[in-house]
Amino acid sequence: MKILVCISHVPDTTSKINFTNGDAEFDTNGVQFVINPNDEFGLTRAIWFQEQQGANVTVVNVGGADTEPTLRKALAIGANEAIRVNANPTDGFFVATQLAEVIKNGGYDLVIAGKESLDYNGGMVPGMIAGLLGYNFLNSCIGITVDGNAVKASREIDGGKETVSTSLPLIIGGQKGLVEEKDLRIPNMRGIMTARTKALTILEPVTASSETKAVKFEKPAPKSAVKLYTVDQLDELVNALHNEAKVI
Amino acid sequence: MSILIYAESAEGKFKKVAFELASYAKKVAGDLGTTVTAVTVNAGNISELSKYGVDKVLKVNSDKLSGFNAKAYADVVKQAAEKENVKLVLLSSTTDSLYMAPLVAVALKAGYASNVVGLPVSTSPFQVKRNAFSNKAFNITEIATEVKVLGLAKNSYGVYENASSLTEEDFNPSLNDADFSVKVESTEKTTGKVTIADADIVVSGGRGLKGPENWGMLEEMASVLGAATACSKPVSDLGWRPHSEHVGQTGKPVATNLYIAVGISGAIQHIAGINSSKVKLVINSDADAPFFKVADYGVVGDAFEIVPKLTEKLKAFKAQNS
Ligand SMILES: Cc1cc2nc3c(=O)[nH]c(=O)nc-3n(C[C@H](O)[C@H](O)[C@H](O)COP(=O)(O)OP(=O)(O)OC[C@H]3O[C@@H](n4cnc5c(N)ncnc54)[C@H](O)[C@@H]3O)c2cc1C
Repeated sequence: MKILVCISHVPDTTSKINFTNGDAEFDTNGVQFVINPNDEFGLTRAIWFQEQQGANVTVVNVGGADTEPTLRKALAIGANEAIRVNANPTDGFFVATQLAEVIKNGGYDLVIAGKESLDYNGGMVPGMIAGLLGYNFLNSCIGITVDGNAVKASREIDGGKETVSTSLPLIIGGQKGLVEEKDLRIPNMRGIMTARTKALTILEPVTASSETKAVKFEKPAPKSAVKLYTVDQLDELVNALHNEAKVI
Repeated sequence: MSILIYAESAEGKFKKVAFELASYAKKVAGDLGTTVTAVTVNAGNISELSKYGVDKVLKVNSDKLSGFNAKAYADVVKQAAEKENVKLVLLSSTTDSLYMAPLVAVALKAGYASNVVGLPVSTSPFQVKRNAFSNKAFNITEIATEVKVLGLAKNSYGVYENASSLTEEDFNPSLNDADFSVKVESTEKTTGKVTIADADIVVSGGRGLKGPENWGMLEEMASVLGAATACSKPVSDLGWRPHSEHVGQTGKPVATNLYIAVGISGAIQHIAGINSSKVKLVINSDADAPFFKVADYGVVGDAFEIVPKLTEKLKAFKAQNS
């Protein structure tokens, strides 16, 4: 089985979010970038397939040279090879178009993306790839097994989960549950050393339209201070929730 | 040229998000000088949509579509959009709608903006405000394509009545085998409980509650409020509560009217998931807990003393006001 894991390179959650250039660009100054957490679950699941069922795992990112440390980390975790599509991602459709091209040319059976990336939280890319290629698609995937061409998987639904069956080739938008957090792989010294010798291929982008563009960013208005009540003022609190906040 | 909404229903009944979406569509349609068409799948009481300004309903009734299937439902919405020649398709942010939205967008060659949090900032050029960076910022996005798909974030607009006279039409989209290449074998639902996805109020507990045996008091408060229960990540990692209740960046997002956090410190990863809730009430023994910085209301003190007392007050309030 050939597996492609789509890796989004995102600011670590604890990063301060600031903008520059008249609030038109994200300020990367002092920001540490990591593998998107949803993608990390997918990557570990892919490595599991590699070890248990003999799969070849490629990781891919659409981004500038600055994202290579993130791809190297994925190689250190155990991916066999990496691809970087050398382009600045402008919107979800642009990224999906580049990834669809990589998938078509690489003949991947299973494509694992995260259900959303934690920077723009778009939740667009995996579904758009599926739409572009006409492949089977499962979103919010929390478990998957593959037997030959047959796939059994589970996905989260509002208020529960469902079990589905489908077949390869398949794109999934994955999340926690694909593996548990305690089972996430982290690079060890041997992994880091061998990652240096693994292939990182750079591809030039295909032309694709950007259907949307981020024109400006804003930060939420500063919050007014919390209103504190003591344990003896709970009547006042209930009153405020009803009359002022109007939530009960 | 109308606006199309997909009015989501479950077991024949419209979800609240369908009414929020209709309310939103009505306002945008007013600004654009057009009307609102809804497409429904196996929904029962269609006329309910007229309360919220829907002018026309394309009714799909099909056994094949008895359960949600993203590819097939996306095909339905696409064909409805083409039939009505719409330029704007609106979807909500339930797990199902988020699943199908990118498929709809690609099929219609439409630019898609998700997590939209309010009315368009401008309609020409077409710009919307969206949540980004796990609710730590907003992003104004311009959509350049002729046809546009918007995903409205939950509870970001509200439900407004605006009566219309509605026409109904049966709609029979053509579906093919490929639409059903993902088959649902079984579904497990938490029954008899308010779920986080449907709740207007969520009562959530953190490690400060010390152990699973202490959740009874939160469940009681939740039942008085008709609320769902939730928890912080360590609580589900420790197995005190099911994973389905874990909220935050790696858990479920919560966009409710009221989020009550008990014994939760307010770590950034937790806040990321609940930040778009409108009103936050925090109960914590540590006056310096970071959660108080983002809270609207707070009580500093021991949860084991405060929660039962507050529940009694809420019970009395409900008894008086129902
Ligand atoms: C990559 C990553 C992703 C993460 N994702 C999430 C996520 O999605 N969701 C999430 O929740 N966390 C997440 N976390 C973990 C997060 O950083 C915090 O560790 C977690 O939110 C803390 O949970 P807590 O507040 O329940 O526990 P604690 O930090 O232990 O805080 C307990 C709080 O309870 C208070 N308390 C104690 N006793 C009482 C009492 N008797 N009465 C009242 N208050 C009391 C304390 O003052 C304290 O503030 C993530 C972390 C990482 C690194």
